[in-house]
Amino acid sequence: MAETVLEPQAGFDPGGSSDHVAGRSPWALAGRRLIRNKVAMAGLLLFLLIVIVSFGAPIYAHDIAHTNPFQNNLNGHTIVNGKRVPLLQQGGGVLHLGETPIGPTWDPHHYFLGADNSGRDVMARMLYGGRNSLLVGIGSAVICCIVATVLALIAGFYRGVTDSVLSRLMDVIWAFPVFLFAICISTVLLTSGTGLQVGPVSVQASSLWLPTMIIAVIYIPYVYRPVRGHVLSVSEKEYVEASIAQGASGRRLIFAEILPNVITVVIVLLPLMIATTILTEAGLSFLGVGVQPPNASWGTIISDGQELLYTRPWVAIAPGIMIVLTVLALNLLGDGIRDALDPRAKLRVEG
Amino acid sequence: MLTFVVRRILEMIAVMFVISLLVFVIFFKTPGVDPARQIAGRNPSPQILDQIRHQFGLDRPFPVQYALMMKKLFITRSLVSYSNQGTKVVPEIIQAAPATLSLVFGAAVIWVVMAVVMGVAAAVLKGTWFDPLLMIVALIGISMPVFWLGEVANLVTQDRLHDTFLFSWVPPLGYTPLTQDPALWFKGLIIPWLVLSVLYIGFYARVLRASLLEVQNEDYIRTARAKGLTEKRILIRHSLRTAMITFVSLFGLDFGALVAGGVLLVEVVFGIHGVGYLTYQSLTNLDLPVIMATVVYGAFFIVLCNALVDIAYAWLDPRVRPT
Repeated sequence: MAETVLEPQAGFDPGGSSDHVAGRSPWALAGRRLIRNKVAMAGLLLFLLIVIVSFGAPIYAHDIAHTNPFQNNLNGHTIVNGKRVPLLQQGGGVLHLGETPIGPTWDPHHYFLGADNSGRDVMARMLYGGRNSLLVGIGSAVICCIVATVLALIAGFYRGVTDSVLSRLMDVIWAFPVFLFAICISTVLLTSGTGLQVGPVSVQASSLWLPTMIIAVIYIPYVYRPVRGHVLSVSEKEYVEASIAQGASGRRLIFAEILPNVITVVIVLLPLMIATTILTEAGLSFLGVGVQPPNASWGTIISDGQELLYTRPWVAIAPGIMIVLTVLALNLLGDGIRDALDPRAKLRVEG
Repeated sequence: MLTFVVRRILEMIAVMFVISLLVFVIFFKTPGVDPARQIAGRNPSPQILDQIRHQFGLDRPFPVQYALMMKKLFITRSLVSYSNQGTKVVPEIIQAAPATLSLVFGAAVIWVVMAVVMGVAAAVLKGTWFDPLLMIVALIGISMPVFWLGEVANLVTQDRLHDTFLFSWVPPLGYTPLTQDPALWFKGLIIPWLVLSVLYIGFYARVLRASLLEVQNEDYIRTARAKGLTEKRILIRHSLRTAMITFVSLFGLDFGALVAGGVLLVEVVFGIHGVGYLTYQSLTNLDLPVIMATVVYGAFFIVLCNALVDIAYAWLDPRVRPT
């Protein structure tokens, strides 16, 4: 950075050093406040780290662990302490019956977290699963926010009948128990065998798009309601009236005047929504109505690990820790973004 | 107040109607889905398929189909499950309800008490190390998937530490009715209660702390101080009372949502045979009539809870009654 920042000596500092305040947009101020928030930055770093590690899953599986985590490997062997051992060992369970997969070796090259019932590398599966969990979580949160914002803009701007119809529809989705709604849609689509077919568009039942769209739909009212409230209040403002007086078109009013002033609400909600959708995806996949095999996600791996809970607990525990870390990071980041974009909220609570 | 109650109840009925319609459309009218094939369970014979088509009036117009379905659900309660030797669905749900209610009620008591204690403690001790610590703990609680926490609890109490003095009293997974053995009922539910309440303790403690601190700046608190009231009295009689309004309305919504399906994951993990477990079993058997019934009954329960919360709210605070 070329600019030299002079630190203020003392006194009130709304969002940066007092020197360059002129010409700095509210966005820049908010960004500066966010960067100075150590806890939020720690959350962001943790989240980015998890994203990078998860999207590096193929590299780990191919170049470090040398396994294919999607192929059964019942008769496979691996090397522990220089000795060749079978992946599935006889006995070892509570009754010493059946086969027990190998436990964690803590050796990144050879089944770091052990194997699952099919002899697949748990570590590699967890990374691949993380990639899917993040894709579904981020994808559904982004879709949900975009759709909800568009609907809220339409409802809040045109008002009248449009608003009543949209808002009542949202009330119905809101009243629906989140998990039951998702279970409802997933069972119908999954049992139909062919997936969803609307006209020329057909979505395979095993596609990641299904859980993504289902989760996106059920959370739309949670974003729609606050955004619509803001659209209603912003469209009463003088600058909107001035723009109407200048003869601006409806589209211009929505996108140039109202949208920039309500987008902060959406930005504050986004990380918290991703945290929520990741938890929902995990729950649905755990029940078998989310991500479908052969794909994996953190939720499905915890479900796989349920049978092995008492003998090989790491299969179920490890993906859970990843979920906790991801959601925690997003919650910290979300709190930080809220404080940065709306410093008055923080003042109200802490002042 | 009466007009408000009547209006709210009419609104509730309208929402219930739309929800039942929506469920009906999802199960019977999804493009590319044959409802008879869906209801019939796994590997149905052509005779059963014909029987279902006739019974549900699938060859008749849409309103008739819808009316027949609602009749089966609410009036005759004769909806049968095809994957489970023709058991009637609605009595099955009613039978499973006490387990679900026991689980949610117990957890609710724990989470309300703990959240009030934690929220008040954090607000009072603001500025000390205790407040941020408590809030971080609350945030971690919010960030945990409840079914995973349940599995970890099982691992510890059923296996790893089960033979020590700490958890030797924990009975095997499952539910014992209260009427059968109250002590066993309690022992079997205490771990599920704690697991379920963790998420809500964190969330409610954060909400309560925030509203307590927000209330601190209100004029009437300053007035109370000026009158010379003790800090303790101000906290309990003035701040906490106002701050509890948000708390109570959130509680009503969450309680409804939990009973009507939110608790499913906890029931599955702990093998508690409640309504949620029933839904889960039907999910693995692809027993659609049961899923349909639990979804409709669950959604109705939520709508009812929401309406009750609104009415209670209007009763507590006359300002929110729209005229």
